[in-house]
Amino acid sequence: MFGYYLDLALRSLKRNRMLTALMVLAIGLGIGASMTMLTVLHVMTADPVPGRSARLFYPQVDPQPMENYKKGEGPPDLWTWTDAMNLLHDGKGVRQAAMSGGQVTVVPPGGVTRAFNAHARYTTADFFAMFGLSFADGGGWDAGDDGKRARVAVITRQLADKLYGTPHAAGRTLRLGKYDFRVAGVVDDWHPVPHFYDLNMGDYADPEQVYVPLGTAIGLKLSTMGSMSCWGDFPQDGDMAKASGCMWMQYWVELDTPAQVAAYRQYLVHYSEDQKQLGRFERAPNTRLRDVMQWLDYNHVVPGSVQLQTLLALGFLLVCLVNTVALLLVKFLRRGGELSVRRAMGASRRSVFVQLLVEAALVGLAGGVIGLLLSLFGLWVVRQQPTQYAGLAHLDTTMSAATFALAVCATLLAAVFPAWRACRLVPARLLKTQ
Amino acid sequence: MLPIVSALKHHKTTVVLVALEIALTCAIVTNALFLIRDRLAFMHMTTGVADNELVWVRTQTLDLGQEADKDSHAGVVAADLAALRGLPGVESVAMTNALPLGGSYSSTVVYRRPGDKSDSLSNVVEYLGSPGMLRTLGISLSEGRDFQPREYSDYQTFGQKSPPPTAVIVTRSFAQQMWPGEDPLGKPIYLGEQGEHATYVVGVAGHLLNPAINKYQGIDRGMILPVRQVRDNSAYVLRVRPDARASVARAIPGALQQVDPARKIEAHVYTDTIAQYFQGDRAMVWLLLVVIGCLLTLTALGVVGLSSFWVQQRTRTIGIRRAIGATRHDILRYFLAENFLIVSLGIVAGSAGAVGLNLWLMHHYELHRMPLSWLPIGALVLWLLGQLAVLGPALRAAAVPPVVATRSV
Repeated sequence: MFGYYLDLALRSLKRNRMLTALMVLAIGLGIGASMTMLTVLHVMTADPVPGRSARLFYPQVDPQPMENYKKGEGPPDLWTWTDAMNLLHDGKGVRQAAMSGGQVTVVPPGGVTRAFNAHARYTTADFFAMFGLSFADGGGWDAGDDGKRARVAVITRQLADKLYGTPHAAGRTLRLGKYDFRVAGVVDDWHPVPHFYDLNMGDYADPEQVYVPLGTAIGLKLSTMGSMSCWGDFPQDGDMAKASGCMWMQYWVELDTPAQVAAYRQYLVHYSEDQKQLGRFERAPNTRLRDVMQWLDYNHVVPGSVQLQTLLALGFLLVCLVNTVALLLVKFLRRGGELSVRRAMGASRRSVFVQLLVEAALVGLAGGVIGLLLSLFGLWVVRQQPTQYAGLAHLDTTMSAATFALAVCATLLAAVFPAWRACRLVPARLLKTQ
Repeated sequence: MLPIVSALKHHKTTVVLVALEIALTCAIVTNALFLIRDRLAFMHMTTGVADNELVWVRTQTLDLGQEADKDSHAGVVAADLAALRGLPGVESVAMTNALPLGGSYSSTVVYRRPGDKSDSLSNVVEYLGSPGMLRTLGISLSEGRDFQPREYSDYQTFGQKSPPPTAVIVTRSFAQQMWPGEDPLGKPIYLGEQGEHATYVVGVAGHLLNPAINKYQGIDRGMILPVRQVRDNSAYVLRVRPDARASVARAIPGALQQVDPARKIEAHVYTDTIAQYFQGDRAMVWLLLVVIGCLLTLTALGVVGLSSFWVQQRTRTIGIRRAIGATRHDILRYFLAENFLIVSLGIVAGSAGAVGLNLWLMHHYELHRMPLSWLPIGALVLWLLGQLAVLGPALRAAAVPPVVATRSV
């Protein structure tokens, strides 16, 4: 029966090419526009560390003085050196890492004349295992290296290729400014989107090229990068470890079970109370503990303009669908005569209904093809934009399949009402006027 | 009108569908047009400097272990300035820490009374300028005077050792917020951690846009402080003959490398910087235009499809009307009026929808309120569109000969 419906549908669609083309185009445009924006949104709201995001947490405490205190205000997003070091020392998480962005001058083996600046991350030993970076060669450093401020570094595969022509660079010497470091390991490409662990670098920033132990970097006064908020004096000699009135670091902790999470929340409160007793904190304990997705949500990572554009695209799709409902209604009612003949010859309402839906599904499929092409084009246009996230806008298989599914479902939905109306026509009356 | 209405009663569903489509289109298009106007107004904000005559350059020192003492830095700056002044086409050069729409900025708290933290204006943009900064940028003063040579100090925005200079030039909007309705000239403001340093207003800049426009710093609330040299986030600004901008920007890296090769140098023509600042807005305007275009086309095609169907369906009726004396003109008018009626129905619903949508967007995305006077624009667009779309089918209807009435099918 299906083959017969298909045949009928094709004949009917061919009979009025203009109307068919109009419907296909309408569906295609609506689907194309909305899938373009939904893909961008999909990319931007993706989980940056799948499988780990629910176990990684960003704690917050409030070390600020009472000045400018506003009741109900959340704690700051950044950490002071002292607090980060205290938490690290307590080591209450399964894993934890304190960190800051930085910039280093890389002097290649070719010499000073080829020196260039690269973004770096100053962090602690657990960073690599906690965020799930994999090593192409060698490995990270350990807590001992952190403690003794060892001159070791981890670099990306890209940088290793650039400097040494091979990813097997563990053990080589890396010159940063005037200091020599031993390359402990080379990490494979790792590009979490968004740049969740430090949003100050730009929500969709590229990952860093060089990783250096935090203590080593601060000890050598390598330059830090990112946001900084101070209420006290900034040390004149540039030693960040002495900037006790400045918040400039990030802190992440891994907690594997709900019990650990609950215990860590308690710990943050206790820590704040202790610090208040010691006189370091002035405010009452004001703590937070957010996992990766909550952290991104709290920081409003997805720009309002992208949400607005997605809304616009969906509004457009809605108009396209109303348009399709109207056109299908016209198309089906116009064929009242033909449908009446079929009914008179014994076809049930049901089979006429199915036949009309098959026809609509064909329109939907064709619209899906056009929509897919249009969204490919739309995403190409998005990629030409100079925004940080632009380069990420690609259609994956899931989204391609979703395009077709959306096109067919939307068209079928649009066809239900017209088909139902067409089934209700009274055959006898129509046949008589004919 | 009455016969049209009673005829339409036979096609309730179709009429409702078309009106609904018109209403949705109306609501979206009206809001989109308003958004476009909003963005365009934003993008055409004047900077308050000589946009077409500026080139600027920022250098990033490579850390190769050289000792960064203050004197050698001052020497490099002096040599840089001399090298830049020597480029053909350059009229003057100065240092600053920020440029209007340049992106990065520094802001601070300004106190009305010494040490009184309760009475202050926070998030005031700090422009630092070396001698000649006002002239180089082309900032015009509406009151007061430029800085005098002795007023330039060693003040810096960050890790400050030196107190702020004793003279400041403020923008008009800063003055209005600080001292509403009063003459700002000669008034003191207090800077520093505890608001302990007095600085006196010597001039008022009529307009100077902020390096970045946001809800904290506002649009043009700022002040200019005179310093001998800018150290943090410093940039050289060059006033250049408009036709020499590109060549100067190309020549800068070479000229500065000769002074000190261990650094990364990025020179920009200022108009490109402005264009870059508004890139996102421009993309948004284009996107909105494309969506409006597609929506209107789609709606028009929908109207054409439906009217054609109706004309075909009513061929006999039209024939009969023609046979009993209606002119072609009457038929044409009938279809135009019918379309007008349906579109009007859609516009009424759409205008309500447009206001609702605007309110919702305002609530969620900090957009501006759309004035009600904006509604007729969307309405006019859709009326015109409807009439144009129906014209083809209506003309076909008018061409139906009266003889059709006598034929059976």
